[in-house]
Amino acid sequence: MNTALSWIKAYVPDLECTDQEYMDAMTLSGTKVEGYSRLDKNLDKIVVGQIDKIEKHPDADKLIVCQVNIGSEVIQIVTGAPNVKEGDKVPVVLDGGKVAGGHDGGPLPEDGITIKAGKLRGVPSNGMMCSIEELGSDRNMYPEAPEMGIYIFMEDVEIGSDAIEALGLRDTVFEYEVTSNRVDCYSVVGIAREAAATFRKPFYPPKVQVKENSERVEDYISVEVEDKELCPRYCARVCTNIKIGPSPKWMQRRLAASGIRPINNLVDITNYVMEEYGQPMHAFDLDTIAGHKIIVRRAKDGDVFRTLDGQDRNLDSDVLMICDAEKEVGIAGIMGGENSMITDEVKTVLFEAATFNGANIRKSAKRIGLRTDASGKFEKGLDPYNAEAAVNRACQLIEELGCGEVVGGIVDVHGDLKENVILPFEPDKYNKLLGTNVSKDEMLDIFKMIEVAYDPATNNLTMPTFRQDLLRQCDIAEEVARFYGYDKIPTTLPNGEATTGKLPFKLRIEQKARDIAEYCGFSQGMCYSFESPKVFDKLLLSADDPVRHAIQISNPLGEDFSIMRTVSLNGMLTSLATNYNRRNKDVRLYELGNIYIPKALPLNELPDERMQFTLGMYGDCDFFTMKGVIEEFFDSIGMRKKVTYDPNAGKNFLHPGRQANIIYEGATLGYLGEVHPEVCENYDMKTKAYVAVLDMPQVVPFATFDRKYEGIAKYPAVSRDISMVVPKDIMVGQIEAVIAQRGGKILEDYQLFDIYEGDQIEEGFKSVAYSITFRAKDKTLEEADVSSAMKKILNGLEGMGIELRK
Amino acid sequence: MKEKLEQIKAEALRQIEASDALEKLNEVKVNYLGKKGELTAVLKSMKDVAPEDRPKVGQLVNETREEIERVLEESVKKMEKAVREAKMKKEVIDVTLPAKKNNVGHRHPNTIALEEVERIFIGMGYEVVEGPEVEKDYYNFEALNIPADHPAKDEQDTFYITGDILLRTQTSSTQVHEMEKGRLPIRMIAPGRVFRSDEVDATHSPSFHQIEGLVIDRNITFADLKGTLAEFAKELFGEDTKVKFRPHHFPFTEPSAEMDVTCFKCGGKGCRFCKGEGWIEILGCGMVHPHVLEMSKIDPEKYTGFAFGVGLERIALLKYEIDDMRLLYENDIRFLKQF
Repeated sequence: MNTALSWIKAYVPDLECTDQEYMDAMTLSGTKVEGYSRLDKNLDKIVVGQIDKIEKHPDADKLIVCQVNIGSEVIQIVTGAPNVKEGDKVPVVLDGGKVAGGHDGGPLPEDGITIKAGKLRGVPSNGMMCSIEELGSDRNMYPEAPEMGIYIFMEDVEIGSDAIEALGLRDTVFEYEVTSNRVDCYSVVGIAREAAATFRKPFYPPKVQVKENSERVEDYISVEVEDKELCPRYCARVCTNIKIGPSPKWMQRRLAASGIRPINNLVDITNYVMEEYGQPMHAFDLDTIAGHKIIVRRAKDGDVFRTLDGQDRNLDSDVLMICDAEKEVGIAGIMGGENSMITDEVKTVLFEAATFNGANIRKSAKRIGLRTDASGKFEKGLDPYNAEAAVNRACQLIEELGCGEVVGGIVDVHGDLKENVILPFEPDKYNKLLGTNVSKDEMLDIFKMIEVAYDPATNNLTMPTFRQDLLRQCDIAEEVARFYGYDKIPTTLPNGEATTGKLPFKLRIEQKARDIAEYCGFSQGMCYSFESPKVFDKLLLSADDPVRHAIQISNPLGEDFSIMRTVSLNGMLTSLATNYNRRNKDVRLYELGNIYIPKALPLNELPDERMQFTLGMYGDCDFFTMKGVIEEFFDSIGMRKKVTYDPNAGKNFLHPGRQANIIYEGATLGYLGEVHPEVCENYDMKTKAYVAVLDMPQVVPFATFDRKYEGIAKYPAVSRDISMVVPKDIMVGQIEAVIAQRGGKILEDYQLFDIYEGDQIEEGFKSVAYSITFRAKDKTLEEADVSSAMKKILNGLEGMGIELRK
Repeated sequence: MKEKLEQIKAEALRQIEASDALEKLNEVKVNYLGKKGELTAVLKSMKDVAPEDRPKVGQLVNETREEIERVLEESVKKMEKAVREAKMKKEVIDVTLPAKKNNVGHRHPNTIALEEVERIFIGMGYEVVEGPEVEKDYYNFEALNIPADHPAKDEQDTFYITGDILLRTQTSSTQVHEMEKGRLPIRMIAPGRVFRSDEVDATHSPSFHQIEGLVIDRNITFADLKGTLAEFAKELFGEDTKVKFRPHHFPFTEPSAEMDVTCFKCGGKGCRFCKGEGWIEILGCGMVHPHVLEMSKIDPEKYTGFAFGVGLERIALLKYEIDDMRLLYENDIRFLKQF
């Protein structure tokens, strides 16, 4: 909301502060000022001048030479403007002065334009007469200004006086951010009340007194509200003998500063009251209202209605309509109809000031697709008491500004209006909540300024109806805090029962995952939780793959963000591809993020959110690099048992011969592998890439930070190297299983030290060599112990068709 | 005999003197002190010496031997030192050659900021908790004093799954889960992902992170809220950081406030970074609304509390001067490596 400070000062005349002080103080008391702009920015040395004489320029057809009386002297100014004549009073910028912009009305330069005396085609010119654009404004805001040329004062202004003042530009426009609970502050009166309380100055709201004629409003109009739920109050007044014309300059200036274009007295008054009271009003041409009757009722499903902007709107039975005896004439609270629009020929006006159900207006505006200034205010839920005040204020202005006569009386239809909220005055409670020591008297002073009434007899506080946000004691405490000053409230630390700071186990494991991934050269990425259903095809998932059962967002940003991911790989592959296509070499990324597995579709309970530890890389690395990371991670979280790998992982998106499930104590904790070349292609990657995914909810139960020292061996170890010829399809994992199983208690370790295929090895076989270490805890091993263990191992291996190399 | 020993000694010392390599010294050692060496030979000829003279001669031999050994050892040490030095001279390296690095990876700036925040609050006795990202309407809105027709519900541009299940728009939902557990007092922070229907651009993302804070205990005051968050700001942004609380409105707190901190670039003087204001808005906070407590079965007459919510990306962007939010989700390694 934008409002000129001069308008605020109309109700708080004693207000004295700089613009910055005003902004800071208002913001600190809760009426946030987003910023302000001075209307006289870059306007300097500009006075009212009167053109005494105009002569033709001797050397230029399009220029004229003017003698301009600026009070103290008469100066010569050369201009090319076509619209001035002798006797005109115009704004004149003097030598060394400044204007805000050029005559073309383009963007305003930051520091304005300095005007210097000089010669135009040989004739001295000692200043410049200004157009409204040069003064930083435009014809929208100054409708009386000519389309091309110098601004000419219509009213009586003193020669030599400050032209900026005369134009009403010695003012500052403040932009407020009003919070949704403070409906009353969407009005100039509301903000002025806050300003008065903030600066502790007296507040003088407009005095509303309507001079009525002797007619009765009931003779002109009747009102029937069918749906009181949606329309708690409907006030109607009638003005006759309407004379359409321009509104006074002061009203135009105030509206212009608020960003509202002045149109004519009737429209301007309606807009003025909407700004001033925060109550939107509608003016109907009474002669278009059939039967001189207003009926407020719901539309029928399928109705179509043409609003005054000429658009046809589709209605339904939840949309509230204003109707006459025959037809609909407006969508309640949103926009009037073309059929009852005010024209310049209007004779009799019906003013409507009503209160509608905020939620209904908000929803209707959304469904119809039409949000207006009016609906924006109504949807916040307006104070029904304000409607009556506003319609009276409008009638007062009609009469005072000579726009028409006010018919006596008001048609006011309403049910039970809500009563004022009354709460006991509990100063100790407020201080206890705030941690302050504000005196009772100071609190009562604050209440007085914001029109919260205190009755010492009952010790009760009565909230004004416009403060719909004051419902409980905590709301009162906030009022005390705001005007006492948030900055004056002390700063303390809670001194209750001590609590232990904790990071839960799951998060500690995730922290470890980050540490290990980073030690291994992986950097952390973050990916979106939603993605496109096309992902499943990109990952070559079969049509019946359960991974395709994903949760759909009912109102997504687009198909690309429409399902909650059930697999974490797409984000990783997309990130790798981004890096690949930007020619980044040797990229290693990891991500910790959830996937969302629905228990049933459509969703009837919350899904299973499963944290995935996803690793991906390309460049100088291979399958076993990834395997190393997994095992380092397991080791760091106390998972010291043997990790096994099952090549039958069945992942379509991985290379069929280079993938494995990661198995620990019989449980599948995740998988790793080389990305299927076709999938790489789908992601535009012309490189091999490797990924691993660990399902953290399965990993965490195996993790532990317990460590037990086992003692460093005292007795010597004995090593035996064996070199074997192994059928090619036997995996070393199978050999290791035999070694581990048959090595007995004295088996300490085994290391693969050579694997070879090719020359000297028969086709279909490979050479595999292991170093096996034995050690006993309690003695030095004897040859017989080792031989017996080795024999068992070798017997086992022979059973698999493995022979020792000779 | 004596002369002979003198002669042997002189000759041995001469040979030691003349040696220019360790091997030669070794030869001297063998020739004079070895089993077949000359001194050994002298000892062997002791049988020819009169028994009464034997101790004297023996002593003489030993003295000679010791002398040769001593000089020999000295020379060996000297020579070893010379050899070592010559070797090291050849081993000089160019210390400006590139380092062999382990190429350690980097944490995401969001996580770095989050861990900072967690560290600060854990130090103040807060527990880190998590809540679901796909959430029931009740926890995201209703239990936070945002009933069905509340305008705030529209303001937040919620992604819905069904009429009742949505993607949480704020980590405040975790407050409710924590309060419902019925364990008091509460001191918690809840970091996590939240979602709002905003198109992706330099300052918006449909998915981002918040950290919610909640304290509930007897006698918690607004002054406690101010003190706690002022402490937090100092820890996070530096000892000289000042804070400013401005009244604001949130449905689930009353009184409510927004907290600004002095611009960490200009220290509050005003610069381009803070748009000349000297202050930067950092978080929203307030005293937990009594109705919110009541809905979670906590008696507002006995307990009060405060809550706050911080945008993690906002902190990361500000702290690390990142000018485009999209960078946080692109995962370009050249970006990530800078943290």
